[in-house]
Amino acid sequence: MATQIAAQDSLGNTFAALADPTRRAILARLRQGEAPVTVLAEPFDISLPAISRHLKVLERAGLIARSRDAKWRPCRLDAAPIKEVATWADGYRQFWEARFAKLDDLLVELQQGEEDKRDDSQ
Amino acid sequence: MTANSPRLILSTPSDREIVISRVFNAPRRLVWEAWTRPEYVARWFGAVGWTVPVCEIDLRPGGTYRYVMRSAEGQEVTMRGVYREVVPPERLVSTEVFEGFSEVGYRPEDDTVSTAVLTERDGKTTWTGTIVYASKEIRDGALATPMEEGMNGSFDRLDAVLATMA
Repeated sequence: MATQIAAQDSLGNTFAALADPTRRAILARLRQGEAPVTVLAEPFDISLPAISRHLKVLERAGLIARSRDAKWRPCRLDAAPIKEVATWADGYRQFWEARFAKLDDLLVELQQGEEDKRDDSQ
Repeated sequence: MTANSPRLILSTPSDREIVISRVFNAPRRLVWEAWTRPEYVARWFGAVGWTVPVCEIDLRPGGTYRYVMRSAEGQEVTMRGVYREVVPPERLVSTEVFEGFSEVGYRPEDDTVSTAVLTERDGKTTWTGTIVYASKEIRDGALATPMEEGMNGSFDRLDAVLATMA
């Protein structure tokens, strides 16, 4: 149970981190490979300190890792929390997809039944 | 899944909501019946591996419904509630309570309100369900319920996940 709650908390951090469009854009950029703060800041019309704050949020959520040794401290994407989010939403989606696939079959049958009835009455 | 298969759209427009939308290749009248007649609901509502041995529907404002879903292992989950608005074949508002799911945050005293809206165009029906939970925690618990499937990919899922966050 404790593990479950911890897992929910980390999901909460991931969602909070992903809730911001600038942070999502940063993650999208990091898919191409690691990059230093200055490069990550280029597309945005905001200050470097503001970008750094976004990076801290992403780092706390475990979505990025920053090298401690290199002078530029390049950032790289860590996909593990995203995998967790993807799994989380996908399970729910697949549950409904499965339901609706059965509903599709039922609707085909109901429509066929109505057509047969019409044919009989003609 | 093929590119042609009907897409389910899942979104979370606020902290307490889940919105699901799906197009069905059938007129609205039939989709409504499939959702509101017990003999039909029992055939599809159990998804995969679950049957619906009990399905009771008293379709009127103030009327109640009760679905019992049973897994192959014998686990039972009951979903029940009260209809608030019944406007065939376009709108159905009801409360919903789950029993047997308390471990993920459902409690009978939490009022969850579900609104289904059906629109028809060119013989196809768009069904949109909005579920509003009492709190974000309960909503998240509901979203996290069937977690056992879908463990693959990571980077390749990123775009899809980010799109749902938009």
